[in-house]
Amino acid sequence: MFQPRSIQSSMTFRDKILSMDFVLLFSILLLGIISMFAMYSTDGGKFDYHTKSHILRFGIFFWMFLIISLFQIRFWYQTSTLLYLAFFILLLGVKYFGLTSSGSQRWLNFYFMNLQPSELMKIGLILFLAKYYHRISTQDVNRIKFLFLPVVALVAPVLLVVAQPDLGTSILIALGGVVVSWLAGVRIKFFAYASILFISLTPIAIAFLKPYQKSRILTFLNPDRDPLGAGYQIIQSKIAIGSGGLFGKGYLNGSQSYLDYLPEKHTDFIFTLFSEEFGFVGSLFILLLYSVIILRLIRIGDITRSSFGKLYCYSFATAFFIYVAVNMGMVLGLLPIVGAPLPIMSYGGSSMMAIMLGLGIAMSCKIYKDTPVN
Amino acid sequence: MINFGSGNTVIKSKLISRRMFVLTAAKTIVFCGIFGRLVSLQINEATKYKTLSDKNRFREWKLAPQRGVLRDYFDKEIASNEKVYQLHITPENSPNLETLFFRLKTILNLTDKRIFYLKRKIAKQKPWEPIIVSDNLTWSEFSRINLFLHELPGVEPIVSVARQYPDQSTAHLVGYVSQVSQKDLQKKPYLKDMSVGIAVGKTGLENKLDEDIIGKVGFQRYEVNAFGKRIKQIQVDPGESGKNYRTTIDLEVQKYTSEILEDKAASVCVMDIYNGDIITMASSPSYDPNAFVHGIDKKYWNKLISNEKKPLNNKAIAGLYPPGSTIKIIVALSALENGIWNPKKYLNCSGVTELYGEKFHCWKKKGHGPMNMRSAIQRSCDVYFYEVARILGVDRLSETAKKFGLGKKVLDGFIEERTGVVPSTSWKRKYIGKSWYLGETLHSGIGQGYFQSTPLQLCLMTAQIANGGFEIKPRVLVKDNKNNLREYIKYKNENPNEPLPLDMLVSNFDLKPLFRNQENINFVKDAMFAATNEAGGTSFRSRYSDQKFMFAGKTGSSQIKRFTEEQRELEIKQKDIVYKDRDHALFVAFAPYKDPKYAISVVVEHGGTGSGSAAPIAKKVIKKVLERDQLRENVKSLTGEEI
Repeated sequence: MFQPRSIQSSMTFRDKILSMDFVLLFSILLLGIISMFAMYSTDGGKFDYHTKSHILRFGIFFWMFLIISLFQIRFWYQTSTLLYLAFFILLLGVKYFGLTSSGSQRWLNFYFMNLQPSELMKIGLILFLAKYYHRISTQDVNRIKFLFLPVVALVAPVLLVVAQPDLGTSILIALGGVVVSWLAGVRIKFFAYASILFISLTPIAIAFLKPYQKSRILTFLNPDRDPLGAGYQIIQSKIAIGSGGLFGKGYLNGSQSYLDYLPEKHTDFIFTLFSEEFGFVGSLFILLLYSVIILRLIRIGDITRSSFGKLYCYSFATAFFIYVAVNMGMVLGLLPIVGAPLPIMSYGGSSMMAIMLGLGIAMSCKIYKDTPVN
Repeated sequence: MINFGSGNTVIKSKLISRRMFVLTAAKTIVFCGIFGRLVSLQINEATKYKTLSDKNRFREWKLAPQRGVLRDYFDKEIASNEKVYQLHITPENSPNLETLFFRLKTILNLTDKRIFYLKRKIAKQKPWEPIIVSDNLTWSEFSRINLFLHELPGVEPIVSVARQYPDQSTAHLVGYVSQVSQKDLQKKPYLKDMSVGIAVGKTGLENKLDEDIIGKVGFQRYEVNAFGKRIKQIQVDPGESGKNYRTTIDLEVQKYTSEILEDKAASVCVMDIYNGDIITMASSPSYDPNAFVHGIDKKYWNKLISNEKKPLNNKAIAGLYPPGSTIKIIVALSALENGIWNPKKYLNCSGVTELYGEKFHCWKKKGHGPMNMRSAIQRSCDVYFYEVARILGVDRLSETAKKFGLGKKVLDGFIEERTGVVPSTSWKRKYIGKSWYLGETLHSGIGQGYFQSTPLQLCLMTAQIANGGFEIKPRVLVKDNKNNLREYIKYKNENPNEPLPLDMLVSNFDLKPLFRNQENINFVKDAMFAATNEAGGTSFRSRYSDQKFMFAGKTGSSQIKRFTEEQRELEIKQKDIVYKDRDHALFVAFAPYKDPKYAISVVVEHGGTGSGSAAPIAKKVIKKVLERDQLRENVKSLTGEEI
């Protein structure tokens, strides 16, 4: 019935290129170009360090995305466990050899770049669980015996990332894992149990939180509690977005950002900067662009035959959505400031690398949508 | 295997798709939420956030306005602004405050205490707010700072203006400015929007005129970044300097008076009897008001405070003295106005009189012999006035005294001015809670007892008698009040044979006569003439024989301590007793006698007798004033002043 080899071998390079999802491809490219202009604005209208570095990274990782997408989906299926283990070892490496910056140990120094393995783990966990649930039958999914491994695979890296400490990334990793399990059919009652356990452990977890993390949560609950301290970021971000109005203040005219009222404008608050300069119209455009990317990813999941491909694409689309929603919710004052970058837009090599890896694998699913993985 | 697998794959796919549907629905809801939030922030609340953003962006630095200048009648400055050299530090521009202060200490005379104070102040304020290290550098210090400026990052040498008072003689009248205190902020609401470091009027005219003289604060609006660093200037409003004022004071006379007074505790007031212009209002000893402008130093302050002659006190309006014998002109006037006394009536003064067993002495132990009212004023016979006062009664006396300006404030808006006391039966009941004794009426008749008045009140009283008995409103500022007296006098001089009925005076000239019968006023004026210019008069020794300067006056001395009978027997002279127990010496006069123009009052604290120490001062001042009368008239016709 299946003729995997013949299909694969019958595809020429031209076929592969043509079977790419061009809507997705151009959306990513457009977003990348927009992000370059936004970065140019954060540098105060100068072709400066952040801009150069961001363009270089986007260039490199966009090519990486294209190359990854040309790999057979089977290859990614086969290496997913390996990738997960590799990322896990890197995470362990952070614990012992990591670089410490502003109080948290997140990076590994690889000379050409400082790598943040926790970002890669976001994709690694999804890959690992997608493969795992691909292999076991639907009947087995809800057997305790088969729940054990996913739980360990999820909890171990999350604990390592929490200990860095990096609350934002650990939550995003965990959510990715939860999404895969949900899609694979794990019963609601298990999620309920996990939630109950999690909530009952929360008081203990709070005791382990760093003071600044506690203050961030309290600040989210009441931003005016400490307007010059922890609440400053939320307040200034809201002022910037709100003052943008319908059409924005104009490119390179965002006073909140170029007068340095906006914190972390290159990374987590890049959307704020864009929103201030381009207003509601610009914000809506970005939101639509992300919606397009997510919908295209879901569509790839729809047309992919293998369970691995479906699980991966759906999960990645959802994870991608979560990254966007968490970041936007954060800068709009709907969520606490947890430190979550906006995919593609935000400055940061590891995040860009992880997203491009994820997108590349999804694109590979598209190209090899009819190829079985095993 | 494959079949099983494919079957399973189909089931699995369906399951995954079903669950994905739920997730997609959730995503839609969340994105709708984000969309809603964007609408709310960028469309509904955009105005609010735009305002907040501008509030972030712009910061204003206030510019202190220049204070208005006060001038004397001849346009000489009595309170001006001078260039001062200041040193400011902007902490954020200095990489190391410690070394900066160390360097400054070697260049300037900064004490460790001052440095400690400055550091504490810097710690309290924002790093971009400049702090004043020194607000009054000498030229040499200022040039030294400029020389080393490149080694002193954060230091700004600034040329500014500060209040300057060219002459100490006007210190009390003009008052002084100093730094704003918490109390000033409460009392003067207009200070709220002023910049820090602005000087505020504390006493005298500086305080009275403060709101108009202080000017309007300007500002510089800058765009600043989150760290408060100025990025660019957006707008400048230089503000407005305060209103200038011309006073009625003659600085020349004021200075001359101060010189005559030396360091006596005394005051002199001179007033134009027609328009109420205060020509001179001197209080002695004086102080240096410039010392307050940049914060008074402790040593000088202690010196001022511990001086028993109270240099800070404006004795002309805040000094209270019993009017002594100067009140006799009011007592006489009151008696005549009330028709209870025939001025030709003779009484015999034996040096003492008795009432209910209490002895009332005349200042002249041997007595004056037979006296009528004119000679009793001329020689200031106490016994005669004891009797007049007894018949008159204190309430009628008090009514006349108040009418002529005693017992109420003369000027407007001088916080230091005091009201004084004109005693009456109702006053005593109200303030002391006891009923009046007749003996007290006798004391009141010679201006002792409860009577308290300021030198300016006595001057006004004399002026209103000298001008024929019309009310005037004294003024320190030109064009403050309007008086029409001069027009009336002119009219009268042109039509000498046409006595005007009272109601016509009121309607045509808006004058308020203080008399019932002007003859009574003339009688008192004549008696005062006798006191100065006829042999035996109390101020005979201080007379001028030259018609031009001839004046008429009344001496007075007010007791601080009652003489014991023993002292009276021993005929102790004033100069033999302790300074603090000596009588105050008073003298009131008007000049020139023929065509009166000015009234004067002189009070010398613990000066002994009016004739001995007050009248000679008045004599000199009167001459000076009259010599400058023509100059004053010239200015008047030059500027076309109505009054």
